[in-house]
Amino acid sequence: MQVMFPSTFKVQRFIKETHDTFTIELKSLERKNGFNFEPGQFNMIYVFGVGEIPISISGDPYKSGILVHTTRAVGTVTKEMAKLKKDDIVGIRGPFGRPWPVKEAIGNDVLLVAGGIGLAPLRPVIYHVLANREYYGRIILLYGARTPQDILYKKELEKLKSRLDIDIIVTVDRAVKNWTGNVGVVTTLIPRAPFDPLNTTAMICGPEIMMRYTIVELLKRGLPKDSIYVSMERNMKCGVGFCGHCQYGTEFVCKDGPVFTYKEIEHLFGKREL
Amino acid sequence: MESLEKVLIQHPFVEGLPSEHIHLIVGCAKNVVFEPGKYLFKENEEANSFYIIRSGKVALEIYSPDVGSIIIQTLGEGDIIGWSWMVPPYQWRFDARAVELTRVIELDGTCLRNKCEADPGLGYEIMKRLASVFEQRINAMRLQLLDLYGKK
Amino acid sequence: MKIIDIYEFDNLINKLKEKGYTTVGPTIQNGAIVYSEIDSSSDLPVGFTDTQKPGFYRLEKTAQNAFFNYVVGPQSWKKFLYPSIQKLFTAYYKNNKLEIEKPDQPKTQYAFIGVRACEINSIEIQDRVFFGGEYQNSNYKALRKNSLIIAVNCSKAEANCFCTSMGTGPEVKSGYDILLTEIINEKEHYFLIETGSEKGEEIVNELNSREANESELNKKNQVIQKTISQIKKHLDTENLKDILLKSLESPLWDEVAKRCLACGNCTMVCPTCFCMTVEDYTDLLKTRAERIQKWDSCFTLEYSYIHGGSVRVSIGSRYRQWLTHKLASWHEQFGTSGCVGCGRCITWCPVGIDITEEATKIKKVSQYQTTSMEET
Repeated sequence: MQVMFPSTFKVQRFIKETHDTFTIELKSLERKNGFNFEPGQFNMIYVFGVGEIPISISGDPYKSGILVHTTRAVGTVTKEMAKLKKDDIVGIRGPFGRPWPVKEAIGNDVLLVAGGIGLAPLRPVIYHVLANREYYGRIILLYGARTPQDILYKKELEKLKSRLDIDIIVTVDRAVKNWTGNVGVVTTLIPRAPFDPLNTTAMICGPEIMMRYTIVELLKRGLPKDSIYVSMERNMKCGVGFCGHCQYGTEFVCKDGPVFTYKEIEHLFGKREL
Repeated sequence: MESLEKVLIQHPFVEGLPSEHIHLIVGCAKNVVFEPGKYLFKENEEANSFYIIRSGKVALEIYSPDVGSIIIQTLGEGDIIGWSWMVPPYQWRFDARAVELTRVIELDGTCLRNKCEADPGLGYEIMKRLASVFEQRINAMRLQLLDLYGKK
Repeated sequence: MKIIDIYEFDNLINKLKEKGYTTVGPTIQNGAIVYSEIDSSSDLPVGFTDTQKPGFYRLEKTAQNAFFNYVVGPQSWKKFLYPSIQKLFTAYYKNNKLEIEKPDQPKTQYAFIGVRACEINSIEIQDRVFFGGEYQNSNYKALRKNSLIIAVNCSKAEANCFCTSMGTGPEVKSGYDILLTEIINEKEHYFLIETGSEKGEEIVNELNSREANESELNKKNQVIQKTISQIKKHLDTENLKDILLKSLESPLWDEVAKRCLACGNCTMVCPTCFCMTVEDYTDLLKTRAERIQKWDSCFTLEYSYIHGGSVRVSIGSRYRQWLTHKLASWHEQFGTSGCVGCGRCITWCPVGIDITEEATKIKKVSQYQTTSMEET
């Protein structure tokens, strides 16, 4: 069945980001015109003989020659992936899923709220909006990491911070002596963030609890429910709506999501065991 | 009402209040019992009540889909639950579940809030007492966050 | 409409085999009527009838020699169109090269003999799941396009049938290539035969048949009316979808969970359930690996596992997932109900949980709540 059949990609680079998070940069062995995707989409990554898992694409959509994935090593497949080296080969199926609303956000302020590994699926949005800067208002990234050592893409964030046309605010839950930045959960950054609630598209990505509390703060600031977007995560075995595992109420997270507006899933969000 | 008043005046939250204020508060109060496992309230519900625990134990929890409900704190005899009835948008931000058979005095938050609006003197007294509850809880929370016994 | 005698039935099977079809139909194995390859009418459960109740299934021989005097058994045609185990691919990893070998498209041409009205509906429901959207299950599609449906009108209903409530039977009205109605009494035994497609017509034209007369035509309707009168189970589906989707926090889910074993029988016997999982196997040298797709059930604990744990831990939440998917979410996802009223889940539940009863309980509670809200 074509849709369950992976295409082979070779590892060009393996980058250790933090103690449990890594990035792999891949190049297609079969497709001549590179890999095209939209920010927010994911691939099913196949590791020979071990299994397949869904991972968001976290690279630059304008650099189709390189496919980038960042993930935490938490399960069987990701722990095998953590051993990958240059020239190893993996299988890729995708891209799948409904992307972030970069089109709907045109003309608005763009507010990105990322918690932990949630920054990885939002990074392609940053690349996209910066490549099309004149179409957007203020661009703000609020990013919460566990500790300073867990900050992802540190050098890149430092470079972005030096730009004048994007606001990057980073906070950590817990710090050590030489950290002079913010300490506190990412939701504490929302009341003072410089965006216009009536003209903002907010995209939130992180653990579900973090997304729930972020939404509370955004609603307090007056953001309409259909201007708030979240990225949901559920068990996936196929990525194309056949295995049934990713169902969330009436939605298939793999094809109706993973990006949803809060308005669409308000009646499901936070409900127990759904 | 009389027996409820007797119980309330013994509580530190009400201690020191002039008797006409105590009468006002009693007017908003009732006795409630929660069986073990029953929820006093759930996240996102309208926060209309304010509880003083007379006996038993209540767990404050936050639900996460992958690990279930996470207990952030437990409260027992004499503890106050909730201030969301005083702060807009008057919605609970966590769940509260009775761990054991729990007896509480449930105060109608809307009723109390309205009485505070009408009588700023009462309002100030209530706020002072709530502020001291906040202070205790925040200090405790900070210590909890320090993960004092965790790996370094 | 034509008539064929019971001996011509075997000629029908032979003609199908000549044309390259693998003829499959009901047979008796281990005390139940299941679908298997058949060569002639003697492979059918001739003369047998079934008794079905919640959690109960028995066969017994009768004095008559009817070919199809029973309703559906534990299996459905998804056994062939969507096999429970399928290989997705074989992969080889040598000298830093990963080669993935696609298996061939299945080529079997099935002739399904004895398909009931509810079953035609369930096949059409799975058609919408597997090739009605953006992604296509090409294996299912190929098998489906190459298959032939020889349908049969039910001549009886059992206690768990509720096809009339779901609008799926008992009369076969469409979706068939050939349709048979068995007429049997003390005096006579024959089949009324109709066609629903060119392929069907071609085959029937090669059979020894004669035109049915007026009184014979009436017998078809008599059979159908008799079957309808035997259907005692009903499900009121009005507003059911909306009521179920609003009842996700009902305490009734934990009530049914006290009985439900989460064994998953219902999902295995249900003709529309399609959930699957994938598994990987390697040889010891790790040079060759296979990826297999298998039927799965939303009742297992691992089904909803994400890092940290499973989302649906309690049995109540898993039962809720199954029932609301079948009777509510399916409408939003695929445009129809997911249930065809065949009653298999009720018969094969070891504790006899009845989907119509559970859905009705939730409906009643919700209506009671609406009424009492109106009163205050």
